[in-house]
Amino acid sequence: METQSLEKIVREHPFFEGMREEHIAVLTGCAKNVRFEVGEFLLKEGEDARVLYLLRAGKVGIEAHVPGKGAMQVGRVGEGDVLGWSWLVQPYRWHFDARAVEVTRALELDGTCLREKFEKDHELGYEVLKRFVAVIAQRLEWTHMQVLDVYRNG
Amino acid sequence: MILETAKEGARLMRDPMVPECLRISRVVRETHDTFTLELDVGERSGGFSFTPGQFNMLYLFGAGEVPISISGDPGEPGRLIHTIRAAGTVTRAMASIQGGGQLGVRGPYGQGWPMEEAKGHDVLLMAGGIGLAPLRPAIYHILRHRDWFGRVVVLYGTRTPADVLFSRELEKWRGRLDVSLHATVDRGGREWRGHVGVVTSLLPLVKFEPADTVAMLCGPEIMMRFGARDLVARGIPQESMFLSMERNMKCAIGFCGHCQYGPSFVCKDGPVYRMDQVTPLLNVREI
Repeated sequence: METQSLEKIVREHPFFEGMREEHIAVLTGCAKNVRFEVGEFLLKEGEDARVLYLLRAGKVGIEAHVPGKGAMQVGRVGEGDVLGWSWLVQPYRWHFDARAVEVTRALELDGTCLREKFEKDHELGYEVLKRFVAVIAQRLEWTHMQVLDVYRNG
Repeated sequence: MILETAKEGARLMRDPMVPECLRISRVVRETHDTFTLELDVGERSGGFSFTPGQFNMLYLFGAGEVPISISGDPGEPGRLIHTIRAAGTVTRAMASIQGGGQLGVRGPYGQGWPMEEAKGHDVLLMAGGIGLAPLRPAIYHILRHRDWFGRVVVLYGTRTPADVLFSRELEKWRGRLDVSLHATVDRGGREWRGHVGVVTSLLPLVKFEPADTVAMLCGPEIMMRFGARDLVARGIPQESMFLSMERNMKCAIGFCGHCQYGPSFVCKDGPVYRMDQVTPLLNVREI
């Protein structure tokens, strides 16, 4: 019963929209529900990147620690967003901190479990990676605009 | 003799190149580099009427003249308000002005926001940086006549929390149940509770009916270019999108050609343009 409701949550998350049912079932096998209180870290820079989060509610600040200035928020994700792709890329370590700004509920998917499933089923891996590429491309574009510092002169 | 002087005065007042001297009644420091000047228009009959989005030429005697959008409430013509960023020689000199000083004012000039066209539709306002100032009169107008419009969405992006303009008003507007307002910064400390990211990253957070929405964008040109592209992707037709362009101006009445933008003059034909009028120009480099 619990697995069925978890499968429903996985299926209904926007990141997995349009995934085939058999793939949803496999992904559900790597997933669990998690909750973070305000101020709690989801990821910490330098630590092993073992998981992927699909946010269901709440807000999470992506932070970088700047010497002399402390933690700076450089991004924000929330309901329907995906957080963390370092579990896909060697050496599997986080490059930023992520901290709950509001009480946050998420699906946590085990990265090692996912990589094993992808190795066995390349079609599943391709489907998930296609979705990741779209997210990464969007975030990269937003980051480019931030780097341009467009409001400096206007 | 007095009558002749008065007539001469009236003639000069009608000459669009002659500034009218107005006293600065109030100075508000908005951020470290941005300030608001309120000018006393008490002796003008009917006050200073303008359309949201229009600008004035402000003359600081001894320093020079610059075009500045009007940032006050068009429903309060007795208060003429400009919000200015100290970015060049003249505006930096203006930043040191105190209440009681004087400025020369010519205007109002240019084409403003399409407030009539927006009636009966959802309205989405996207502002970046100092671009919130030219949009503020439109927000005042919409809130004063709230039932004329459908959903109202205000998206505002700036560099850091310390650069947020009109923060008290933003808080007030965000508290309204009939306005959806989101503010974002490019980077912020842990104390910042708003969004973090570029202004276009706010779009997935808001609801509006694309086919029935009038969008007004004001900010750095690159922000407007990306913002307009994303709004088109959301389904807003180019004909329903309006941008406020900025160029160096001199005469402000379409004579000198200083602000030529393709086949038009920003001072006279703009600063507010319908998106489809400027789309070909937005992608031309070095214009």
